Amino acid sequence: MNDDAIWNWDTAWDVLPALLRGLVVTIEATVVGMVIASILGLLIALAMRAPTRWVRAPLRFVVDFIRMTPLLVQLVFVWLLLVDVPPLVIGFGVLGVHYATYMSEVYRAGIEAVPRGQWEAATALNLPKGRTWRAVILPQAIRNTLPGLGNYAVSMFKETPYLFAITVVEMYQAAQQYGALNFSYIEPLTLVGVLFLLVSYPTSLLVRRMEARLA
Amino acid sequence: MTNASNGTPAIEFKDVVKRFGDNVVLDKLNFSVAKGDRVTLIGPSGSGKTTILRLLMTLEEANGGLILIDGDPYTHEYKGDKWVDIPEKRRREVRKRVGMVFQQFNLFPNMTVLENIIEAPIHVLGKSKAEAVQRAEELLEQVGMTDKRDFKTNQLSGGQQQRVAIARALAMDPEILLLDEVTSALDPEIVADVLGVLREIARTTDITMLLVTHEMQFARDVSNRVLMFDHGKIVEEADPETMFTNPGHERTQEFLKAVLGN
Repeated sequence: MNDDAIWNWDTAWDVLPALLRGLVVTIEATVVGMVIASILGLLIALAMRAPTRWVRAPLRFVVDFIRMTPLLVQLVFVWLLLVDVPPLVIGFGVLGVHYATYMSEVYRAGIEAVPRGQWEAATALNLPKGRTWRAVILPQAIRNTLPGLGNYAVSMFKETPYLFAITVVEMYQAAQQYGALNFSYIEPLTLVGVLFLLVSYPTSLLVRRMEARLA
Repeated sequence: MTNASNGTPAIEFKDVVKRFGDNVVLDKLNFSVAKGDRVTLIGPSGSGKTTILRLLMTLEEANGGLILIDGDPYTHEYKGDKWVDIPEKRRREVRKRVGMVFQQFNLFPNMTVLENIIEAPIHVLGKSKAEAVQRAEELLEQVGMTDKRDFKTNQLSGGQQQRVAIARALAMDPEILLLDEVTSALDPEIVADVLGVLREIARTTDITMLLVTHEMQFARDVSNRVLMFDHGKIVEEADPETMFTNPGHERTQEFLKAVLGN
């Protein structure tokens, strides 16, 4: 009788440890990916302000190329290309670079949102360019980008299941493996959904509060 | 290159041209300001007053002519008959002598009041932090903001922000102070406070001041020369007494009538 039930608690408890190990990988990938995306995204945004087209045009092309092609394709492509690199490292890198192209737009908007008067005051005080960026513009611009950064973190977190394609055992892959061995997919996949929700929902609430505070 | 000597004007405009697109704002403007002068620029909006201050702060680029500070070419110079840019490094050296207070204050909101004031003295003049803080505290005292030293700028009222902005400009020990409609964004009841601070600075220092203001009484008290602008040209120049009581030019009479409402 118990075998016919749609939901089996024993199965759920049985798969949970594997899923939690997968969740750790998922969170790891998101955190490392976001760190790369935040730093690289800022560098891209700054390079896009270069006075010469010889920097801007090629960079624009690369950024658009990455943004206009699917993450899944990029993951598999790089994985096939770099056979000696551990898949998880490729996952960090590809997620990071992919989201860096989105983050660069967030930074661009954040920088442009700093009022012109701030630049003018810096000029009037004769602050050098580098100091103006570090002490005046970036602290204000980055404050503007925090909600965007949070939103992309949630979004990246939800895209980590793609890592299964390059053999990384994150949460979704752990569920699949368990399902294949035990012929029960309902409990693992439901739990995957619940675990995703448990992490991303509070995070998105946090982001919303941040947005409200900055508005 | 000439250097500061008694006869050299603090500011000199020679045939300065400024256009925004097809709109000629300054058309071969010539005038000079002697050291220690307090000059008020008046005139209808769009007459080029603020543009003059912005050119002096290098917030705008001239399209022709020369701007000299203490006789030193500031943004451009003539090499042979060619009008060439002055490199940023030399421009910065000259710009150190000029300070500006803005209509919208433009304090740095990511810093405290004190940090706003010591930022440039430390990173531009190379003062030690202790020196910079000591000077900042003197200035805060002078503008009556000592108790707001560690406040974030968004915790201050407009009048308070403007007083901090004045202290910030003075912390650079400028030879020339540009005041661009510094009370226009303030509530009427605090205008007097800010003007009081500026009167005190005018009284106790020998800083050359160039001000654009609609506060005619203040202009009369503080300045020793008034220039009336219209369409990028000086239509009249006089001491404040003459300018405000007995203006010679018809355009000045009209303008003063309009702003003074009598």
